[in-house]
Amino acid sequence: MTRPANEDEYLARRVPASVRAVDRRALLRGAMGAGTLLTVPGLLAACGGGGSGSGSSTGAAKGTVTFGSNQSDAVPKAALADVVAAFDKANSGLTVKVNTVDHNTFQENINNYLQGSPDDVFAWFSGYRMRFFASKGLAGDISDVWKNVTGMSDALKKASTGDDGKQYFVPSTYYPWAMFYRKSVFSKYGYEVPKTIDDLTALGAKMKGDGLVPIAFGDKDGWPAMGTFDQLNLRVNGYQFHVDLMAGKQSWADPKVKKVFDTWAGLLPLHQSDSLGRTWQEAAQTLQQKKAGTYLLGSFVAQQFSAGAEQDDLDFFTFPEIDSTIGADAIEAPIDGYMMAKRPKNEGGAKKFLGYLASPDAQNIAVKADPSVIATNDGADVSGYTALQKKSVEFVKSAKSIAQFMDRDTRPDFASTVMIPAIQDFIKNPKDIDGLCNKIEAQKKSIFTS
Amino acid sequence: MARSRYKGINQLSGTDRVVVGAMVLVPTAIVVWLVWLPAVASVLLSFTNWDGIGPVSSAKVIGLKNYKDVVEIYPPFWPAIQHNLIWLVVMFLVATPIGMLLAVLIDRGVAGSRFYQTSLFLPVVLSLALIGFIWQLIYSKDQGVLNAVTGGSTDWYGDPSVNLWAALVAASWRQVGYIMLLYLAGLKGVDPSLREAARVDGANERTTFFKIVFPVLRPINIIVLVVTVIESLRAFDLVWVINKGRNGLELISTLVTSNIVGEASRIGFGSALATFMLLISSVFIVIYLRIVMREPS
Repeated sequence: MTRPANEDEYLARRVPASVRAVDRRALLRGAMGAGTLLTVPGLLAACGGGGSGSGSSTGAAKGTVTFGSNQSDAVPKAALADVVAAFDKANSGLTVKVNTVDHNTFQENINNYLQGSPDDVFAWFSGYRMRFFASKGLAGDISDVWKNVTGMSDALKKASTGDDGKQYFVPSTYYPWAMFYRKSVFSKYGYEVPKTIDDLTALGAKMKGDGLVPIAFGDKDGWPAMGTFDQLNLRVNGYQFHVDLMAGKQSWADPKVKKVFDTWAGLLPLHQSDSLGRTWQEAAQTLQQKKAGTYLLGSFVAQQFSAGAEQDDLDFFTFPEIDSTIGADAIEAPIDGYMMAKRPKNEGGAKKFLGYLASPDAQNIAVKADPSVIATNDGADVSGYTALQKKSVEFVKSAKSIAQFMDRDTRPDFASTVMIPAIQDFIKNPKDIDGLCNKIEAQKKSIFTS
Repeated sequence: MARSRYKGINQLSGTDRVVVGAMVLVPTAIVVWLVWLPAVASVLLSFTNWDGIGPVSSAKVIGLKNYKDVVEIYPPFWPAIQHNLIWLVVMFLVATPIGMLLAVLIDRGVAGSRFYQTSLFLPVVLSLALIGFIWQLIYSKDQGVLNAVTGGSTDWYGDPSVNLWAALVAASWRQVGYIMLLYLAGLKGVDPSLREAARVDGANERTTFFKIVFPVLRPINIIVLVVTVIESLRAFDLVWVINKGRNGLELISTLVTSNIVGEASRIGFGSALATFMLLISSVFIVIYLRIVMREPS
């Protein structure tokens, strides 16, 4: 059977939900432990792995490792090239051949790619889809790589684990979603960071008076608005409801979901208009050009800001509290990383490369070249972080629970064929929330039970 | 059968039979393999819930559920049907007649007809994907030529109330050149003595065209008709380049693609959509065949 026959069976498959109650304290404990005890061995292990392969269980790995990358944007692409160059340099017998594919194309063709002749190592992200590939036998078990991985918290290991309890994923970097703004704009007009939704509404009105777009917005590609929905849902209904809703356990016609859309409808006048024709890059530029006051996006928004002073001017705050009983301590921070093909041509080399990608060394290079993300490995050197990266680390550490993202937390068929058109319909016509929710629920029922 | 006994065309030798058999079977096999098998397979898949992963045998037959879902609960479906029909009507009533008109004008030999011919045909050489980009430069809300000249601020590709029409202008731009070329080829083939005879009989230009040339061009007219219908039903690239067929630009072809090709991989559901497209195309194919078969007797 390709799909679970009913909802319960489907939910049962989700048991080690990567994001379910990622306990911040556990992560902190892990960070403390790993940070103090394992930093030195961690670095040593990384050096050892890079040097003669002493710690590797896969023996002498030689030859070429093919690597399918979806990092087609200039900044992350260069970051990855640096990582690969460092790996090649440290392993004389091994060469990594990078095949870069456009980010969206890679994601859309992933099914065919994995069932065809995939590269030995390929880029992917944590979440529902990672576990799905693992359970379908489309990804290689890399539990033995994890035996040598140090500096990764239990939460991260859990986020790398498939339904069968084995590891299929190596986390590399992650990035939080938040409300981004330019410090210079806020100080120029004397704005205060809003703590509650009422503060945000008041701030928006003030920004409008000052001739600014309160919240930059672009949803041409369909997915950025999912982030807005997620943030509102986390604030209105909390983390657990998000998880259950994404898992198909809760009804989309529930008054709780309607309340999310209602709240959003109230905020829409603050959003940049004509958003459906605008890409996130264009929206980010309105923030960069100081035409917009804030922008709700992942921290990759920094890629649209030039490095140095301009990025230093960029700051963020968590999406304001809506319900005081729910609070504002649930955030979204999707984890990007790497997986191994089911039958890699060069298994030894692939595992060695994956081990390297998990190491602080590799992640140091990656985050240095792309300061819009932060390293997952606690052994990574944070002293070179930009102010934005430092704040991201704090932000993620202080959050009580972390979600991934709508299209990573739920079934991709549901996210792309139902939620993208539905949210775009909502933006076009925010009045018919009942009709919208009922339509989503009808399709959800059909997809989750088919 | 021995060669010596060969008496007429109806009695073929063994080798000839093999050759003739191969000449019939090989093309048939190719057509069946490349055309009918995929078509039938997608119709069959539309009754399953296959998600494209693992063997097809893992798919479960779910009857007409996909069709029911498409019609009842899939919001983009009816807009897509509507948009496809609008597309067809605009191509048929606007783009094609303009193309024919231009062909007639150029055929009459207006000054600089070669220049017009080349420049009007140029868009046909470009892929629709490229045309999408070219028009992006014209339509772009902030940097586009159109808004710069008119001083407007319409988001031509983003605003769902106008983007279909904006896309149709871009598609017609290409269609006009294509039809013009087809029709021009036909016009060049019309026997000049027919026109001379008409002129001798005192017919004016208009009458000559509608009463003499147009009926003579019947085969070309049918080709133009078919090309228009095919191009309208398979309209895809342009819209896909603009916004992947979302937000006011839904077409059946884009819905099929976004369900099947993307990460979603709803093969069964997408096949049901494709079957709807097949059915709509069949209507036009039947009409076409009836016109062709009904040769003037």
